[in-house]
Amino acid sequence: MRFLPYLLAGMAFGFVMIKSEAASWYRIMEMFHFQSFHMFGIMMSAIATGLTGVLLLKRYGRMLTLDGEAVVIPSKEPGRYNYLFGGLIFGLGWGVIGLCPGPIFSLVGMGSIGALAALAGALHGTWLYGCIKNRLPH
Amino acid sequence: MLDWLYAPWPWYVSGPLIGLMVPLMLWIGNRSFGISNNLRHMCAMAQPKSVGVDFFHYNWRDHSWSLVFAAGAVLGGFFAGIVFANPQPVELSVAALTMFSYWNVPIGGGFLPPVLFDFTWLSVIVMFAGGVMVGFGTRYAAGCTSGHAITGLSTLQPQSLLAVMGIFAGGLFSAHFITPHLFSLFW
Repeated sequence: MRFLPYLLAGMAFGFVMIKSEAASWYRIMEMFHFQSFHMFGIMMSAIATGLTGVLLLKRYGRMLTLDGEAVVIPSKEPGRYNYLFGGLIFGLGWGVIGLCPGPIFSLVGMGSIGALAALAGALHGTWLYGCIKNRLPH
Repeated sequence: MLDWLYAPWPWYVSGPLIGLMVPLMLWIGNRSFGISNNLRHMCAMAQPKSVGVDFFHYNWRDHSWSLVFAAGAVLGGFFAGIVFANPQPVELSVAALTMFSYWNVPIGGGFLPPVLFDFTWLSVIVMFAGGVMVGFGTRYAAGCTSGHAITGLSTLQPQSLLAVMGIFAGGLFSAHFITPHLFSLFW
């Protein structure tokens, strides 16, 4: 029961990934070639909504989480090169396979073989990072 | 009446819904919305005791909530893409359709190009290789599009801006200089 809210939130997320067509390879290529407003509209309205939602959560600071704790916004680890280079490598892959991790999971649910191959690759890539992490600039 | 469940959703509906994930996850349990950490948790689950890569040496059970979220995303994909599948192909811009025919990508409609997503050894190798870069890069950058572009930017974190700049620069490069040649070279 403790995990039910996460399951429902995940289902909503996976559903929207498909219905928004953000999980479509075609849409991602169209985005990187600036041929449609669709994906940019999604990103901008998502950030605007997230920003407003977080501001409201902060403003009503007395508001508690489902577990009754005070809302705290987790902050990202300090670093510079890892964010830039990591993003760059991820982006290079994204521009070919047209899938980022969210759509990979939801397309696996659609039974896509390509997404399954991408998931297998992503797990190996994650493993590789774990192995050579200490030799990389962060 | 249920047409909207089958039809694709416009950006001004789906964008805000994605954005709502950020306050929603905070409200549920002070969680930072993101999905790519699950790749690490799955590696941690699979790592045998005899293999000691430190990065995967932690109790993944503490992150069960995140794995449940990912399982939900798989289920959501099943409902949106199979149960309530959109019978129409993705409505792309004319410019994109012209570009795909120029790239030698068959545009017979659908959600994904079959040459790249169906089961042939060549497509599996390309998707796997791209997946390696996505997995490596997201973990190096400690987040993907959801964790950085959506959560990071909407909580005003400078590290995420750096990551998003990297992501977009990388994507622009490969979408312009690698992917266009892929299809005429291999297929």
